[in-house]
Amino acid sequence: MEHIVIIGNGISGITAARHIRKNSDKRITVISAESEHFFSRTALMYVYMGHMKWEHLKPYEDWFWEKNRIELKKEWVESVDFDNKTLHFSSKQSMNYDKLILATGSIHNKFGWEGQELKGVQGLVTKQDLELLEENTKNCKKAVIIGGGLIGVELAEMLLTRNIQVTFLIREEGFWSGILPQKNADLISKHITSHGVEIKHRTELDKIVGDKEGNVRSIVTKTGEEIECELVGLCAGVHPNVDFLRNTALEIDKGILVNSFLQTNIKDVYAIGDCVQQRQPIGQRKSIEAVWYTGRMMGETVAQTLTGNKREYNPGHWFNSAKFFDIEYQTYGWVFNKPKESETHFHWVHQDNKKFLTISYDTISNKFLGINTFGIRMRHEKFDTWLSDERSVGYVISHLKEANFDPEFYKRYEASIFDKFQKEYQVSV
Amino acid sequence: MENNMSITGDVPASLSIPQKAATFVGIAGLFILVLAGLNTNFPNKTVWLSISLSAITVGIIWFSKATYANKHEGIKNDGVWFKAISNRGYLAWISGILLTGFYIVLYFYPEYLGLVEKGDNTGLIVFFDPLSKLLSGGPASQWFVYGTLYTIAILAFGIKFIWKYRHNRYERLRTISVMFFQTAFAFLIPEFMARLNSDSFSLPYSDLKSIWPLNYYNFDQYRVDEYISAGNIGIALLLFGIASIFIITPILTYKYGKRWYCSWVCGCGGLAETAGDPFRHLSDKRQSAWKIERWVVHSVVVFVVLMTTAVVYSYLGDSSKGYWLTRDVFLIGVALLLTAIFTLVMVFKRNEFKKDARYGAIGYMAIILALIAFHYLSGKNLFLFDAYQLRSFYGFLIGSIFSGVIGTGFYPIFGNRVWCRFGCPMAAILGFQQRLFSKFRITTNGGQCISCGNCSTYCEMGIDVRAYAQKGENIVRSSCVGCGICAAVCPRGVLKLENDSMKGRINSKEVLLGNDVDLLDLLNQKQ
Repeated sequence: MEHIVIIGNGISGITAARHIRKNSDKRITVISAESEHFFSRTALMYVYMGHMKWEHLKPYEDWFWEKNRIELKKEWVESVDFDNKTLHFSSKQSMNYDKLILATGSIHNKFGWEGQELKGVQGLVTKQDLELLEENTKNCKKAVIIGGGLIGVELAEMLLTRNIQVTFLIREEGFWSGILPQKNADLISKHITSHGVEIKHRTELDKIVGDKEGNVRSIVTKTGEEIECELVGLCAGVHPNVDFLRNTALEIDKGILVNSFLQTNIKDVYAIGDCVQQRQPIGQRKSIEAVWYTGRMMGETVAQTLTGNKREYNPGHWFNSAKFFDIEYQTYGWVFNKPKESETHFHWVHQDNKKFLTISYDTISNKFLGINTFGIRMRHEKFDTWLSDERSVGYVISHLKEANFDPEFYKRYEASIFDKFQKEYQVSV
Repeated sequence: MENNMSITGDVPASLSIPQKAATFVGIAGLFILVLAGLNTNFPNKTVWLSISLSAITVGIIWFSKATYANKHEGIKNDGVWFKAISNRGYLAWISGILLTGFYIVLYFYPEYLGLVEKGDNTGLIVFFDPLSKLLSGGPASQWFVYGTLYTIAILAFGIKFIWKYRHNRYERLRTISVMFFQTAFAFLIPEFMARLNSDSFSLPYSDLKSIWPLNYYNFDQYRVDEYISAGNIGIALLLFGIASIFIITPILTYKYGKRWYCSWVCGCGGLAETAGDPFRHLSDKRQSAWKIERWVVHSVVVFVVLMTTAVVYSYLGDSSKGYWLTRDVFLIGVALLLTAIFTLVMVFKRNEFKKDARYGAIGYMAIILALIAFHYLSGKNLFLFDAYQLRSFYGFLIGSIFSGVIGTGFYPIFGNRVWCRFGCPMAAILGFQQRLFSKFRITTNGGQCISCGNCSTYCEMGIDVRAYAQKGENIVRSSCVGCGICAAVCPRGVLKLENDSMKGRINSKEVLLGNDVDLLDLLNQKQ
């Protein structure tokens, strides 16, 4: 029986395993050193905040794996012998495979800062990072977070629940403004500040200073300001976790290079999820996408290929979501931080500054390109259809009601959005 | 590891000073009740009762203000699994044991509350006389004491709940609704109705929103006799009771799901959603618990149907008395109704049953019909037992032990909806309809689920909501009471309670929205 081995039990690897099982009887082994069972990485923060316990993070009960004949192995893969199709573990054991799926995920970026190895400096990606955070925040009063992105804002929210004072260093002019249009970024920055986080925009880390015992004592910014703290959260992005595969026959750039079938340059070896770099970027997507949803889709796709239904990875319209303290964010289609040539952004902001949206459309054809919605839930299915049907911005704005996904009895804002749009653009709707 | 994560050094688990003060005020109010229970002779009962009840109410509301007023609107679950009261710690066990003890005394030893068989009540019960006389004109009973405290709990903790979820209009309206129905229908109206009673006219105590089979005694002989002898009003109430089951309930459940009752109207649900809210995450989410739930709750339905049939049968006459509704007509009617429901469901909804559900339904149906047949052939007691023995056994086991002692007493240990989930026959019947014949569902928003688990964790009915959401599948479950908390705690806007057409309501999917359009079409159609 063909043996498919998957390295990594995150959303990508596990989705692949589940779908291979659905469509075949092949032997499946999933290897991870991080955790016994699959868990939701995106929910690590809720364990620290006391919303959930570790067991709640597991989307499947523990009996699920045996029942579905998905073998789980808790091992650290030290090296891969591609010629002999063998994995070598740190326990000195080894395992053979017929087909290998690499789903090794990401690790947090360190940019060679002085002091980045001090005790109390850490990222937040793995289960071990969470355990370390518990350790590092005992008796912690002040923390500095480096990097204004999704993990940074989560870490800030987490630390506040433990009454830790947080300073947030953001290189750009607003929160996540490499992705969000400035107007969105400003409002999110404002919201984060309103929770008691001190944000320092346009501020970069120069070095981290330690005490004699090797613990963090403070950080120094590039402008020379010193900020005392006992914890430094490194949240300036992630990169593919591929170091143990370098210097092998496997072609790697920043991530493991794959073709449109998620195949690497080595026969019978596939790669999915965060660790992947597409040789040919798909549409306007980046070649490395460290997103839950794309990992899941790659898992769904590679499982088809491995069970006799060869498919290209061809994801549909872009979508994503996040939550910044109390403000939920969803996006459908493309809204870039700076409108490209021939693109226009339409902004609407409710007076409470907690509900707002940005719609991007083509200036010439009026075609709807994408939406960022904050504090108002929208229907994925509706926007997916509108994007496929290439609806005009006028159509979308006048049918926005159909896309609303807020709970029943919530106040509705379609009329206000419609009015503002009409006034500003005089587009015939 | 688990310990390391839940009991950390820096969790702000201790109470702030205003919270402590509020707790003190509330407990002082309760302490006055304890003193009254110990037969302390208060000089002016009216004043002391008012002080006590106000202190309890003010304590709870003040505590809520101190907890939520200065915080941003939004989800407030920080530290839920760290606190001794909400994480089955010592406070949870102490309150569980106290509550359980209270229920045991209330149901089985009311003399300790001051009930005196012949003569005037004493203790806690007589302490409530001023309020009872104000409302109904008569002295208090142990049930009046219980009803008053129950209503205060729903009102005061209702305000706490509204404060906590003030950003969520669905939660606000729903809570105002349960507060209203408890105060008006369960508490005030029956007391006022008692004022109408005289020597020649008497209505049974009626909480109009309490529908059979939750109100399992509604068709007991003494009640039906009272209804009939009370003339037009009595008959109207009796007919309303019957219409509630056969007309009102099915229509509302079809349109809105069982939530119209369980989380908007019902008193048990009202307490669970307000005072019980801090314990909602304690429900058991394992699949094994779901299996037990299905067998237990449906067995209770069978039990209540048998019991009620036997009771009604026992006081109906034969054709000689001139009523058209004779024993035979009634029994055949029940058999026909059950057979009709069974047949319709098996013909039209067969495919929606899992194997065990099908066996269960067939098995129970066979038992009921066999029992009726056995009665005719052998002439023995209907259902083998004396009707009132069945009735009192049900009242003891289900009415007292299950719904009271376990259902509410164990809130801090098993969660706030144990009764509603495992024991309530009304919830089971509504749920049966909700699963098969209702427009209600929880819609999953395409591919947006990140499997975080907040929805499942905070589902008080123990539904593994995430299991559906992460498959892009709508949630159509008989036990869902529509509290809306899963949708509220979802950080990515994935869940929405709504009423929509029956078509496409159950939509199992192989691949989620967002992936290759052709793949989606291929796999999801293949299913």
